[in-house]
Amino acid sequence: MNHEQKTPSVSETVISTAGLVRNFGHTQAVKGISFSVAEGEVFGFLGPNGAGKTTTISMLCTLLAPSAGEATVAGFDIRSKRTEVRRSIGLVFQDPTLDEYLTAIQNLRFHAYAYGVPKRVRDERIYELLNLMELWDRRNSSVREFSGGMKRRLEIARGLLHHPRILFLDEPTLGLDPQTRHRIWKYVLDLRRRESLTIFLTTHYMDEAENCDRIAIIDKGEIVALDRPEALKDSLGGDVVTLRVEDGKGAVAELFARYELSASIEGGGVCFKLPGAEEFLPGLMRSFSCEILGVTVRRPTLDDVFLSLTGHSIRDDRPATGQQLRRYLNTPGMKSQLN
Amino acid sequence: MAGLLLRQSLRGIWVIAYRELLRFARERSRLASTLGMPIIFMVVFSEGLKRQIGALAVGVDFVKFMYPGIIAMSVFINAIFSGLSVVWDREIGFLKEVLVSPLNRSGVVLGKALGASVIALFQALVMLALAPLFGVPLSLRIVLELIPIVIVLAFSLAGFGLLIGSRMRSQQGFQVLVQMVVFPLTFLAGVFFPVNNVPRWMEIVSKLNPLTYGVDAIRRIFLVGEISATGQNSGHSIIGVTVFGHTTTTIEDVALVGLLGAALLIGAIFSFNRHT
Repeated sequence: MNHEQKTPSVSETVISTAGLVRNFGHTQAVKGISFSVAEGEVFGFLGPNGAGKTTTISMLCTLLAPSAGEATVAGFDIRSKRTEVRRSIGLVFQDPTLDEYLTAIQNLRFHAYAYGVPKRVRDERIYELLNLMELWDRRNSSVREFSGGMKRRLEIARGLLHHPRILFLDEPTLGLDPQTRHRIWKYVLDLRRRESLTIFLTTHYMDEAENCDRIAIIDKGEIVALDRPEALKDSLGGDVVTLRVEDGKGAVAELFARYELSASIEGGGVCFKLPGAEEFLPGLMRSFSCEILGVTVRRPTLDDVFLSLTGHSIRDDRPATGQQLRRYLNTPGMKSQLN
Repeated sequence: MAGLLLRQSLRGIWVIAYRELLRFARERSRLASTLGMPIIFMVVFSEGLKRQIGALAVGVDFVKFMYPGIIAMSVFINAIFSGLSVVWDREIGFLKEVLVSPLNRSGVVLGKALGASVIALFQALVMLALAPLFGVPLSLRIVLELIPIVIVLAFSLAGFGLLIGSRMRSQQGFQVLVQMVVFPLTFLAGVFFPVNNVPRWMEIVSKLNPLTYGVDAIRRIFLVGEISATGQNSGHSIIGVTVFGHTTTTIEDVALVGLLGAALLIGAIFSFNRHT
């Protein structure tokens, strides 16, 4: 995939925000975020629960008025052109929003009526989308009888029914099992190929964020990084290589002397960071003078990126131990005790 | 531009009403409960009290008196449940699907009111079809007069239901409100007894209660002919609501409920706009 073509240019920007803020009482859920999304991009918001992802999506979808800042979606201002924005977007919420007492097809028809989809397009489109989501056979079943994955697929079909320019997916695979998650992603990427659709999604799953063209890492209401997933990972300085050797100090010295690599001894191994470690290692093994007992190479994950940017892990939602200790020591009471 | 806005609102009204009716048709339990209750009231009270209570006016026995009241009650309950439907939509998340669509908010409120009114009218007509079973005579005039009056009452009560529903977050809250406010008001609206001949305190409460005028409007359709033909019983009239010596007419009854209802509906639209 050629990511260079996907960098937003002025002419094809479909979402753009500038200093978007949302307050809830005294807490600031979104603290002035600015970004833009290009047409046809899969753009992800990655962050822990409570980071402000859903708040941002709600503002972009006109369900929540921003406290400050500007944003346009599909070229329309989210404050003054709400109806136009609503017409241009499809939205799949985190929690189900289907009428479970109606059948799948009744839910879709309601949506078609609400968006004024012309009759001749409607039935064909419903057929096409239900087929794509593998739900056509169940079209006349009550949604009540559907599994979580089927409901999510039906909602995605519904969100696309009126040919939106942008599809918003708020945690599209939350609470689904890994197989279903995989399938949902297959549909989403399929769709993007077929319909020149822009997809804006939020997630707190690292592996899902990898599917995005670009991701914005959001923490405590602020964007802390925004780039292609590969670029974000490369920004950490490459793969983490750990060598198990007889003579740790000797190895550190040799790595520095021969390759100018600053390695350190961590947990009985010699660690260093290097982009493209897989190509580098065979040469090293052939000519290294210390005996190498074992090698591990680990690609940095987005979790590592998140950790290095925010000081806490995205998954457990708690500060890393060092950070926690530092915070603890920085509290005024502690300081006076230490002094 | 104005034409587009109107088209948008009209589409909202019918799409939302369409779904209300679809829901109603698919939910057998709701159909059974809303239709069952008035019938049970009718059968139990008329059979139970028929021999205890004589004619309330010449030619008007208790069953003939209560029957129009039960129709009115069924209309009230069905119409107020439009508010429950909003709360329900909010709980199941479906409201979000509606709110993020290009339908405008006023259309959504009016659509809910229309859906509830059609359901209320349907149930009133079912009750009407059962009239011969209770020995209540029917005529084309009764049917033709009943339809518009039921629609006005239903829209008005839907306005009340939606005004509350737009603010409530839980179904339980709404149910409690119905039991604490709507049932007492219904019972004090002259469904089971004439409000012109009750203890003073009850008379005051009943005459301040707008539902009383709604019940009266429906009762007049059925009883006006019979009573004028046979002459009024002395003293207290069993139709018309007497306020400061003036006894209301059908037009006055309907106008009072209708105007109040229009105000409530407008209030519901504002409230819905603000709280969503």
